[in-house]
Amino acid sequence: MMGNLMLLLDAPGLNLQLLVDGVLVGAIFALVAYGMALVWGVMNLINVAQGELVLLGGYVVFFGTKAGIAPLVAIPVAAAIVATIGWALYRVVIYRVVERDPFSSILATFGLSIVIQQLANQLFGADVRTVESGLGSLLVAHGMLTVARVKLLAFVSAILLGSLLVWFMRATRLGQAIRATAQNSRAARTLGVNTDRVYAATFAINGAICGAAGGLVAMTWMVHPYAGLGYTVRSFMIVVVAGLGSLGGVALAGAGLGIAENYAGFLFGAEYQTAFVFSLLVVILVTRNLWLKRQRRYLR
Amino acid sequence: MKRRGRRAALYTALAAAAIVAPWLFPSYATQFAFLCLMVVFAVTWDMVGGQMGYNSFGNILFFGIGAYACAVVQRDSGFGYAPGFAVGVAVGACAGTLAAAVLGPGILALRGHYFAIGTLGLGVAAADIAAGWHYIGAGSGMTTPLFPGAIQDRAKFFYFLLLALAVVTFVTSRRLYQGRFGLVLNAIRDDEGKAEAMGLRTTGYKTMAWCVAAFFLSISGAVAGNLVGYIDPRDFAFAGSTYGVWMILMAIVGGRGTVWGPVIGAFVFHITQEVFWTYLLGWQRVAMGLFILVVVVYFPSGIVGSLRTRAPRPGGTEREVLPERAVVDPTRRQ
Amino acid sequence: MARRLRVAAAMLLGAAVVSIPVAAAAPGVTEGAPIVFGAALSLTGKYSIDGKTTQQGYDLAVQRVNEMGGVKVGGQAHKLKIVYYDDESTSSRGAQLVERLISQDGVQFVLGPYSSGLTKAIAPITEKYKIPMIEANGADRALFTNGYRYLFAVLNTSDNYLRPAVTLVAEATQKAGHEPKAVRVGVVIENDDFSQDVRDGAVEEAKKWGMQLVVDDKLPPELNDMSSALTKVRALKPDLLIVSGHAKGAVLAIRQVSEQLVGVHALALTQCDSAQIIEKFGKAAEYALCAAQWDRSLAYSDRWFGTAENYAQRFEKEYKDPATYESAESAAAVLTFVDAIERAGSLDREKVRDAIAGTDLMTFFGPIKFDPSGKNVAKSMVLYQVQNGRYAVVAPGKWAKARPIYPAPAWDQRQ
Repeated sequence: MMGNLMLLLDAPGLNLQLLVDGVLVGAIFALVAYGMALVWGVMNLINVAQGELVLLGGYVVFFGTKAGIAPLVAIPVAAAIVATIGWALYRVVIYRVVERDPFSSILATFGLSIVIQQLANQLFGADVRTVESGLGSLLVAHGMLTVARVKLLAFVSAILLGSLLVWFMRATRLGQAIRATAQNSRAARTLGVNTDRVYAATFAINGAICGAAGGLVAMTWMVHPYAGLGYTVRSFMIVVVAGLGSLGGVALAGAGLGIAENYAGFLFGAEYQTAFVFSLLVVILVTRNLWLKRQRRYLR
Repeated sequence: MKRRGRRAALYTALAAAAIVAPWLFPSYATQFAFLCLMVVFAVTWDMVGGQMGYNSFGNILFFGIGAYACAVVQRDSGFGYAPGFAVGVAVGACAGTLAAAVLGPGILALRGHYFAIGTLGLGVAAADIAAGWHYIGAGSGMTTPLFPGAIQDRAKFFYFLLLALAVVTFVTSRRLYQGRFGLVLNAIRDDEGKAEAMGLRTTGYKTMAWCVAAFFLSISGAVAGNLVGYIDPRDFAFAGSTYGVWMILMAIVGGRGTVWGPVIGAFVFHITQEVFWTYLLGWQRVAMGLFILVVVVYFPSGIVGSLRTRAPRPGGTEREVLPERAVVDPTRRQ
Repeated sequence: MARRLRVAAAMLLGAAVVSIPVAAAAPGVTEGAPIVFGAALSLTGKYSIDGKTTQQGYDLAVQRVNEMGGVKVGGQAHKLKIVYYDDESTSSRGAQLVERLISQDGVQFVLGPYSSGLTKAIAPITEKYKIPMIEANGADRALFTNGYRYLFAVLNTSDNYLRPAVTLVAEATQKAGHEPKAVRVGVVIENDDFSQDVRDGAVEEAKKWGMQLVVDDKLPPELNDMSSALTKVRALKPDLLIVSGHAKGAVLAIRQVSEQLVGVHALALTQCDSAQIIEKFGKAAEYALCAAQWDRSLAYSDRWFGTAENYAQRFEKEYKDPATYESAESAAAVLTFVDAIERAGSLDREKVRDAIAGTDLMTFFGPIKFDPSGKNVAKSMVLYQVQNGRYAVVAPGKWAKARPIYPAPAWDQRQ
């Protein structure tokens, strides 16, 4: 580990590489996290099946490109299909747990995640799937820094999608209804907002976000039926740090997490990367809570 | 009087059934041992999750600590099988309880889903750290020493050991719930703020409840590690997505916050699962997921809870309360 | 209270009722009855790709043997049958299921699971019940140091996977007039028993040549990104980069090495064919060195399938997928059992065990002969290189179909 640290100090270019990679990768995490924050804020529901929705998006893009669609066209298709799946899931299962205590929703969506995961295994096989963008890499700063163009693409699309969402929430009727429901669902209902439809729409939008993110994941890394949990946990972590409802905070937290993971992987070795992320989660939760405790409050 | 007599007869029958079971179905002895393990899982989880309302996803941590501590003692102490195992179980129990005591105040200060996810993180982090730590075999895991006796004796030995543990866990938890301790736990579940305002030192009680659960769980880990014979960091010791979640599901299936609920839940769950595994090759996990969904969505208060809502006992003398139902309080959301 | 107890009693009764049909399913050994094998395989979970091809190999061999009339013991022909369970790629589940296969389903012999970890969990059980197990997918050397009497493996141990790659690099360096001592080696390996043993073998070989180990990183099993390890590789510039982490590791290695333009002279991998790196990445997979237990071009043959090529064709006809070496070694495990049972002339476990220990058999998969610890010492590994979008065997010299290309051209000189 000391050797790794010395290496970092000797070659400052490496720091740049880790930072850039972290920020680019963090944008994808942030996108998924924003969907989670939306569902959490509006429906008071923690969606443990978030990662599985991402994988479904990845599968759509994989099979789409296999059928000859260009990856960039396949991403909106994936968003549309996973949005439909999200809407259907709400109509079949989620609506029954949405106004119950959050723990039921965690368990119910956990059950859902197992079903999706195992169905994916049975239907698509456990093979590791990837989508080749064929974009290659950029060499920056005399070859010190390599940037895969596909990561840049993912970064830009994540930002575009995020801005689109912000606009949607501000400018459209549905967006306003969603925001009203998030603030106070009972009052919104009294004022004539059909909260059931708002919930369905929220879950569908979350599906669309996950679907698009899944396409980006398939192009930057890979998809296989068991890769979901990592995305769920990362989103949760980002939301806990950033709080509900602020896209800027989510983006910053996403980048921070990406950078932290890259540095952890470099310094401690990739084997401890997961351990580091999860320990970080526990530490963040406990310290934030202790901080609040001084004012006799706690995380809720 | 008559009721008490009937109850005594039933207990005797149950005890007799439990004792003769391994002779009646000798090839199932190991399965029965696992069933007892499941009972320990469900009852200990319910202590914190059901009675106290702290839904933990990370109790598996103590199971893993117990398993590893015992295996390390057996490997390094140089004792024979029996003393090594006995010392190992003791060390495992101490290590698990100690971990709960140290982590308790910080982690149990979290509430609601933050507690749930925080404990989930604890379990996963423990698995990954164990998988990288060479002293305990890293990713290759540890092999526990072989039981010296005959095969049939081995299954019976572990069955009775785990049966005893399950019974002791159950009786202890019942005793605890009958006294002041149980009342405090229920008060914390129902309204922690008020409980605190009444002068109860909630942090102390919460930590103690977690320690009790951890004590029994780490013993079960030490025994189960020897029963299986091979400790793998992710798939056995800190198996968050299997054992870790099963303990919650069993408690919920049976009815959390009830005395017999977790026990019944463990039976139903274990049998359902074995049937799925036998007859739905490859699809068993899909079936399991659907089972979870159905239970959570349609029977949130579990078997015991549903039965009681349908046929409430006259007088309602029991102190057990159903877990809080869906009440959405708009003022609570910020 | 009484009501609740009644509920509990009903549950117990239910438990008993449910378990009866399971108990009734146990087959006994009678004259001419099928010989029942048991196997816990990873049909779901992280090893399910490999679990599936293992099952296909077992099934194909059973199908072929039954087609040829079954196994002849004392003038009577027995068909073969396999009882499967799904271990979900978890070792504790595997151990439980094998115990169940033996004590409840009454299987006579056990076929191995996929992966060293699962084999490690299962071997103590078969040993305890004194049931012979021939396994085809657990290659960690540590399996054969416990003095197990009933464990036999038809494949080469994992330390042999990438030794040939190191030797190849050393020889190519010598040929180019440089000292092998100057070769820098980087190792990025998954943290599991199999891959760790691959690492140990390769590092032992590299030490023998006096090479320097400059990167020695490990990857987690929930592997999703190895870019931070590759950043290190890029900075320290090893000549030979060794990556192993089952199919996922191979996929990630090709993708991220090509994306980050990591300029190594040779990239050595395991599990390339089950990861289908050529189909997935085309040009980016070019020049990668891959270890394999078997190849269809090898000149082995037997009385069941004919040549290796015949086996591959039959496999493709049956399953519409290219034949992987995992399926071939699994089929060979079944064939070894068949040969041993026929030689033993009995279904007695001890006699069959002794017959297996005395195996000296040629199969389409290669020669099979066990040393006292139970590993196959007669066969050797092959090393492919991806050349022009095809696997070409480049080592050992006896089987080589093409010359190895070393060093691989730099990224900017590739098309």
